[in-house]
Amino acid sequence: MTYLRPSTVEEALSGLAAHDARIAAGCTDLFPQTQGQFLPWPVVDITGIGELRAITRTGDGWRFGATATWRDIIRADLPPAFDGLKLAAREVGSAQIQGAGTIAGNLCNASPAADGVPPLLTLDAAVEIAAAGGRRVVPLSAFITGPRRTALRAGEFVTAVLIPESAGRGASTFLKLGARKHLVISIAMVAARLELEGGRISSAALAVGSCSPVAQRLPDLEAALAGETPADAPGLVSADLVRGQLAPINDIRADSTYRMDAACELLRRALRRLAEGDRP
Amino acid sequence: MSARLTLTVNGRAYAIEADPVARLSHVLREDLGLRGTKSGCDAGDCGACTVLADGVPVCACLMPAAQAGGRAIQTVEGLSSNGTANRLQRAFLRHGAAQCGICTPGMLMAATALLDETPRPTRQAAEDAIGGVLCRCTGYTKIIDAICDAWRDADDGTETPAAGQSVGARLPRLDGLPKVLGTEIFGADSWPTDALLVRAVRSPHHSAGFRFGDIEAWRSGQPGIVAVFTADDIPGQNRFGVIPPFADQPALAAGHVRFRGEAVAIVAGEPAAMRALDLTTFPVDWQADDPLLDTPSARQPTAAAIHAGRDGNLLITGKVQTGDADAALAASAHVATLTAETGHVEHAYIEPEAGFARMNGDVLEIQACTQAPVMDQEDTALVLGLPKEKVRVLPVAAGGGFGSKLDVSLQPLIGLVALKTGRPARMVYTRPESMMSTTKRHPGRMTATIGADADGRITGMVFDGDFDTGAYASWGPTVATRVPVHASGPYRTPHYRAEARAVHTNGPIAGAFRGFGVPQAAILQESLYDLLAGKAGMDRLAFRRLNALTDGERSVCGQEMNGAGIAECLEALQADWDRAVAETEAFNRVHTGPKRGIGVASCWYGCGNTALPNPSTMRAGITTDGRLVLHQGATDIGQGANTVISQIFADALGVPLSLVDRIGSDTALTPDCGKTSASRQTVVSGKAALLAGQALREAVLRLGNMGPGATITLDGAQLLLRDGPALRQIDLSALPPDDRGYVLSAEETYDPPTEALDGNGQGKPYAVYGYGAQLAEVEVDLALGKVRVLRITAAHDLGRVINPQLAEGQIEGGIAQGLGMALMEEYLPGRTENLHDYLIPTSGDMPEIRSILIEKPDPEGPMGAKGLGEHVLIPTAPAILNAIADATGVRLTKVPALPHRVRAALREKEAGPS
Repeated sequence: MTYLRPSTVEEALSGLAAHDARIAAGCTDLFPQTQGQFLPWPVVDITGIGELRAITRTGDGWRFGATATWRDIIRADLPPAFDGLKLAAREVGSAQIQGAGTIAGNLCNASPAADGVPPLLTLDAAVEIAAAGGRRVVPLSAFITGPRRTALRAGEFVTAVLIPESAGRGASTFLKLGARKHLVISIAMVAARLELEGGRISSAALAVGSCSPVAQRLPDLEAALAGETPADAPGLVSADLVRGQLAPINDIRADSTYRMDAACELLRRALRRLAEGDRP
Repeated sequence: MSARLTLTVNGRAYAIEADPVARLSHVLREDLGLRGTKSGCDAGDCGACTVLADGVPVCACLMPAAQAGGRAIQTVEGLSSNGTANRLQRAFLRHGAAQCGICTPGMLMAATALLDETPRPTRQAAEDAIGGVLCRCTGYTKIIDAICDAWRDADDGTETPAAGQSVGARLPRLDGLPKVLGTEIFGADSWPTDALLVRAVRSPHHSAGFRFGDIEAWRSGQPGIVAVFTADDIPGQNRFGVIPPFADQPALAAGHVRFRGEAVAIVAGEPAAMRALDLTTFPVDWQADDPLLDTPSARQPTAAAIHAGRDGNLLITGKVQTGDADAALAASAHVATLTAETGHVEHAYIEPEAGFARMNGDVLEIQACTQAPVMDQEDTALVLGLPKEKVRVLPVAAGGGFGSKLDVSLQPLIGLVALKTGRPARMVYTRPESMMSTTKRHPGRMTATIGADADGRITGMVFDGDFDTGAYASWGPTVATRVPVHASGPYRTPHYRAEARAVHTNGPIAGAFRGFGVPQAAILQESLYDLLAGKAGMDRLAFRRLNALTDGERSVCGQEMNGAGIAECLEALQADWDRAVAETEAFNRVHTGPKRGIGVASCWYGCGNTALPNPSTMRAGITTDGRLVLHQGATDIGQGANTVISQIFADALGVPLSLVDRIGSDTALTPDCGKTSASRQTVVSGKAALLAGQALREAVLRLGNMGPGATITLDGAQLLLRDGPALRQIDLSALPPDDRGYVLSAEETYDPPTEALDGNGQGKPYAVYGYGAQLAEVEVDLALGKVRVLRITAAHDLGRVINPQLAEGQIEGGIAQGLGMALMEEYLPGRTENLHDYLIPTSGDMPEIRSILIEKPDPEGPMGAKGLGEHVLIPTAPAILNAIADATGVRLTKVPALPHRVRAALREKEAGPS
């Protein structure tokens, strides 16, 4: 079985091209797919590529290297717009998972319950993809195409998650609902980022996870909040304004009716928390 | 594939050949021999394998070995130096933070990462730091205590109580040091180097016929595969079971499987080949049938028979009847009826089943995790066609049991391989394999009616329940018997009729799980008591105190009660009840979103087998060189039998505990102490230890011709006896030793005096009962249906507290399991066969727990002691459900009370009566 641990993106691409390999990083989603003691697939391990680990301020925003771990994100110096992302990072599995699991792995695993996706959607994240012909950038909303499906093509891998300058404004938060405190797959979760001008909401970015095949932004509700005061915002949340984007299912964790109610309630609470200016 | 890797572990560089994509946990354990790092799930769900990589806690099961190269890896072996525990490890011992010890290395490493940055953390920080490590024994409280106290340069808490002072002392467990050092041997931690690895082929279907293809062709095409065995290869009786008259389970199914996960074949081979083997290629064709997955479908007259001769899929019916319950209910001022439903609950010990077997001459030796070594010996001998004495069972430390490790699992399978191939055979269950193939708590569908008179006195009760016993009998008969005996709760119930049926389905085998059906029944009875208190216009605690069984009164089996401590337990809760009533009212006056509520529930539980013999035998001796040896065969699965039984023995003999040298459970060396179940070890084996200690004391005093008050001291080979001015010195080396090398010895057997139950369940089912009552305070998030348990005050009557630290540990751990059953645990075959879909409480889900230990001596128990292990779980779920009802006005009758179920009930209430 092939195992490659290249030190450059180019080597990783040629390794991918030569073998029908999977990309490995934190391995927190790869190892649970086997009962065995070894990864049973050819693997290109990208954790040896130093440049992919960094979280940096760029000229036009922020760049999270693909292998930045959730622990890295929790400890990074980031403005309040990233509070929601940091809160989500603290909810990923456990400290052990946060210390190994990576931001890009969370996106590429494409679970409907991926904790990182709702806050990144509210940060207008884009995904930088390396391919043999060069790098391309895809909006996160177009990157995850369904449960366990992404826009990655054969031979490509994610090198970074990019946040535009414009999304670094305002304050954000994140709420996750599960049947226990730690190590839990969410029943529903919400991320919210609000920008204010003159005491009124100039821009709202809201996203819900675990209530649709892919976590979704809520454009109707976002539009309804524009121009309102933060204090009024929670009261404007209604199922009618989110129903169009969500398609909650019945599973062992909850039923669809509950999920829809919970999503609305969590949205209200997230907005209330932002209105009250609570920072983690 | 292998590559040269250099790993730096605990400061030492290891240059090895290893597969770069092997789990680091595997490489640490199998290649480097660092077996302190435990594997509980291989999925990052349990955290038992937590190690530090450059100081960062990670799951070693999720890290490829190659990634560990170049990083400083720290494991539990790096915490101690030369066998000396570090501060954190000493704090774990001092606080009783390790019970079975399987999660302890992971806990220690997670805590080390915290303490490296924050030497004196808050409780919240400690709770967060261990959030990724599951513990099934402790309820986390003592682990958090230890972490927060680890900054102190204190000892491990070991003191040496003087002779006669051991019982009652807050002593750390005697077998604790290896657990905190990571040197304890669990099932997967030891194996002969030439052992074959064994894997099982298991059914993916709940019910199916099957036919094998050409197994020999398949085997010969797989290099390194040594042997394949099926039912045809079993030399003995391919039918085992914990209760011999009901034995019905094949070690390997023949032609037809009755549940998902049932083994049909085992494959044995060289370890590398076995690990690489893809078992999905095994030549077997399945013809799946329509399974019967719950008791209503299994009881349909048209339902297929799962076992020939068990009509209606009925395994057994248990019944207790006294007085005229129907007439009493008809004449009652207040009557309440409810139906309740509980699901499968998984034991979720962190150690999946593991062990090895080998031939030692013509004796088959099995070293594996177990709760019942002699039953393993008997069942394995039966299946393999061996005389009992040709099978020796050497229990390793059990990484949790809670009832499921009473039944054999891998013992006959590895035994078969060792017997047939002559080579040692090793097996380690995967987490899904463990969850699929071993027993569960019986799901119950129960209906009951209870009546009370105008003053609130219970008049009568009728109980009827179907318990899903799954594909095989296991402990189904025990559940069906225990439930009717206990379903009244510890309350005076003059007219009573209870029937419980164990019904076969194609679900998981339901067996023993802490409480044998009583926790399920208590949910129903204690819910009804709240309804009746309401109807009678009485305070709920006062209602229970009024009806508590007292000494001299008769139980529903007609047994006259002695040492009944339930009234004392309920009384002990009164002050906290009054406080909680006031606090809850104050909170609810000012809050609308969250609402608080309180609930109370009781337990009683008979210790030992129900109206059946269950003796324990304890042996002790003194050698020619003055070594005092206790042959203690009661399996310690974390509950503390090694410690508690030694304490009782030391006091009975009249020597300091430090003199007692213990020989652990081994069917060749220790007499039969029965099984570790039914809360019997402190009572039954403890009483045997008391009698053995007393007998040895008599022998010693007789030898020295000293009076009963003499003190006994051992100084090398010199036995010193003093009584006032009289002093006698005996040179033990001058005395002739017996066959075992003892110059003085004693062996005593104790079997609790019970009487058979008649057709109406009347008799004396148990010699000793334990009692308890718990007060739960909860907060319910009305909009989300989430329940948070804030505090549990637990009053338990132990008769005599042998070791308060271990008793508290039982209470805290039992509450954690009860809380899980109430709020989150629901095993669904085929759907929750892992520890991320099957949820057990984490450190962040536990309430504050206050234990109140009551001592109302039992006339029969050793030094007045009663059992505790199962009692502690019984009141928790009903107390929580009663508190939810108090907070919301909504009574949940199906557990677990998952958020969506609570919310649905609230929605229904908000919509108003339909």
